[in-house]
Amino acid sequence: MRHKTQLTGWGRFPVTNSYLVRPERICDLEFKQNSLISRGLGRSYGDAALNTERDVVLMQRLNRFRSFDEKTGIIRAEAGATLEEILNVFVPRGWFLPVTPGTKQVTLGGCFAADIHGKNHHMDGTFSRYISDIEVLLAEGSKIRCSPSDNSQAFWATAGGMGLTGIITELALQLIPVETAYLCVKHLPAKNLDALLEILADGKQDDRYSVAWIDCFSQGEDLGRGVVMNGHHAKAAELPSQMHPFQIKKRTQYTIPSFFPGSLLNSYAIKGFNALYYRLQSRKQDPFFIDYDHYFYPLDAVGNWNRLYGRKGFLQYQFVVPAEGVRQVLCRVWEAVRRFRKTPFLAVLKRFGPENEGYLSFPMEGYTLAIDFPLSDAELFSLLDLLDEIVLEYGGRVYLAKDARMKPVVFKKMYPHLEEWQRVKNNLDPKQRFSSDLSRRLEITL
Amino acid sequence: MKGSSKRAILILGGTSSIARAVAIVFAEKGYPLYLASRDEEELQRISCDLEIRYRVKVSYGFFDITHFSGHRHFLQQVIQTMDGLEGVILATGFLGDQQQAIRDFGEAEKILNSNFLGACSILTHVANFLEKQRAGFIVGISSVAGDRGRQSNYIYGAAKAGLSVFLQGLRNRLYPFGVHVMTVKPGFVDTAMTFGRQNLFAVASPEFVGKGIVSSLKKGRNEIYIPGFWWGVMWMIKHTPEFIFKRLKL
Repeated sequence: MRHKTQLTGWGRFPVTNSYLVRPERICDLEFKQNSLISRGLGRSYGDAALNTERDVVLMQRLNRFRSFDEKTGIIRAEAGATLEEILNVFVPRGWFLPVTPGTKQVTLGGCFAADIHGKNHHMDGTFSRYISDIEVLLAEGSKIRCSPSDNSQAFWATAGGMGLTGIITELALQLIPVETAYLCVKHLPAKNLDALLEILADGKQDDRYSVAWIDCFSQGEDLGRGVVMNGHHAKAAELPSQMHPFQIKKRTQYTIPSFFPGSLLNSYAIKGFNALYYRLQSRKQDPFFIDYDHYFYPLDAVGNWNRLYGRKGFLQYQFVVPAEGVRQVLCRVWEAVRRFRKTPFLAVLKRFGPENEGYLSFPMEGYTLAIDFPLSDAELFSLLDLLDEIVLEYGGRVYLAKDARMKPVVFKKMYPHLEEWQRVKNNLDPKQRFSSDLSRRLEITL
Repeated sequence: MKGSSKRAILILGGTSSIARAVAIVFAEKGYPLYLASRDEEELQRISCDLEIRYRVKVSYGFFDITHFSGHRHFLQQVIQTMDGLEGVILATGFLGDQQQAIRDFGEAEKILNSNFLGACSILTHVANFLEKQRAGFIVGISSVAGDRGRQSNYIYGAAKAGLSVFLQGLRNRLYPFGVHVMTVKPGFVDTAMTFGRQNLFAVASPEFVGKGIVSSLKKGRNEIYIPGFWWGVMWMIKHTPEFIFKRLKL
């Protein structure tokens, strides 16, 4: 039954009221309303899955597996199936996700609509690279099948298209074979930004999965110190004999209550955490083994960790810039953050490989930084507007899946293929039935 | 539930959220399944999903609870296809429209046939088979609505009340033969029926209900409310004196 309720993204900002429907089966999907957007598990940070005073279709119950090919490792499933479900079923059988974001609480449809990336983009690209085809339900009720070779424009408009071309109903995902459920990981501490960038650019230190955590509070000589955490799937022969390749310890699940006061996560607490984290992670320099759950999804152990920021919520800002400008950009970003006296909690830097054919797909060759800011006051928006200008200056762009506040004029400059995307969108959805708070804010739909 | 090679479980009304949740728990434990309902397309989708996830044999077939004369043959065909039968979960049901049923007896007939008469029909065949086998179980999903007749849904309530007593009788009849019969009375469950309805409380997920049903069955429970606190709620409702209850607008 359609009903109105309060909805937010993962950052808990903005908070708006939308009409929710929750079909139990794909054949129950129907479009009576003039505007709707599909929603998975609501892990996008901003307003991508919000539709104020209009309809939001919850895809959670549409999670059936349709087929699995044991030889090729291709799993075909309804779009509401989550990465967690796929991992639970297939890791014990020796298969893993080719690309995974920092949480497994996301749906296949959401992963494709945001064209998510992981710690291995510089080697393996985005999620859409491993999708052989999708089925999309269009506004007039017809379904089309698209792939890179068939209806390819629709495919590449939907990859990273934030749900605005139609409702993705089914996808075929190529899994990768793995010999164990573990990763072999090395931590490489860097005492400052130059050392960090050097490690990231060093081919000999590189590995399939590579991510750098940066201490946001390092200053002066230490500015940009952090730890590069590189890893790869452990082969069976690499594992110590007492470890069973596919048995991993079940994690204790914690939950943050809804009333958790954000004031606990103040600048002193954050500074302290950063200093401690640097010390702890720098210690583990020899290769060690860690199960996939702990390595890829550390935050999933704390259910609703977004509540740590309190009721006001937080903004995550993620951008990418080409490699040439990264050092200057990072220094200017830090300087701006300091000037505005804002306290980011987490800063993570990754390398990106070349961009794909997705018109609105976020990654491009270079470096991407993601920072979390508790939403303290309106000044934060001015800071992020300034960061937008810096990113633009160096030819970069901002990630829509994390965005809650970017201005349309900035967005249009950052995504040069927007007009081509809009042509495909108008073909697939001439009456603009698919729209969201994000699409209206960025003025890409009415 | 015994033996290293498990016998199949038949789930009637196999496309509902509760049925699917129960099917998942049994599939996880390695039981082959037979799912039955009128929606063959959805049956195919659910059984395919279960086979991929749990690698157990999941067959399916058309079943109409109101088509009484076809029930004997249906059951025979299931037993033949699955090479035996361990137990049956009755998860069929039709809520119907109380207001319409008052004006038009056809609707009332549908409610009574789907929830009561049809259940009696198929369960009689099942009981006869399990009695001969001297092993197995029946789980009947009834409703708290059957605990007391109230003005807002007494036709559905009457059907479910009839079902509860029927199951009780079966429990008594089949006990000496080692066949267990369990009655399940769910409270509010998070399904299409309840989504978006205001004034509900403690709405349980289908997963919770599915796990609860299977674990209660293992413990040999006779009649369960799920979530458990409904036992207390219904105790109060059942024991409210009639001269008070008839004045209420529940």
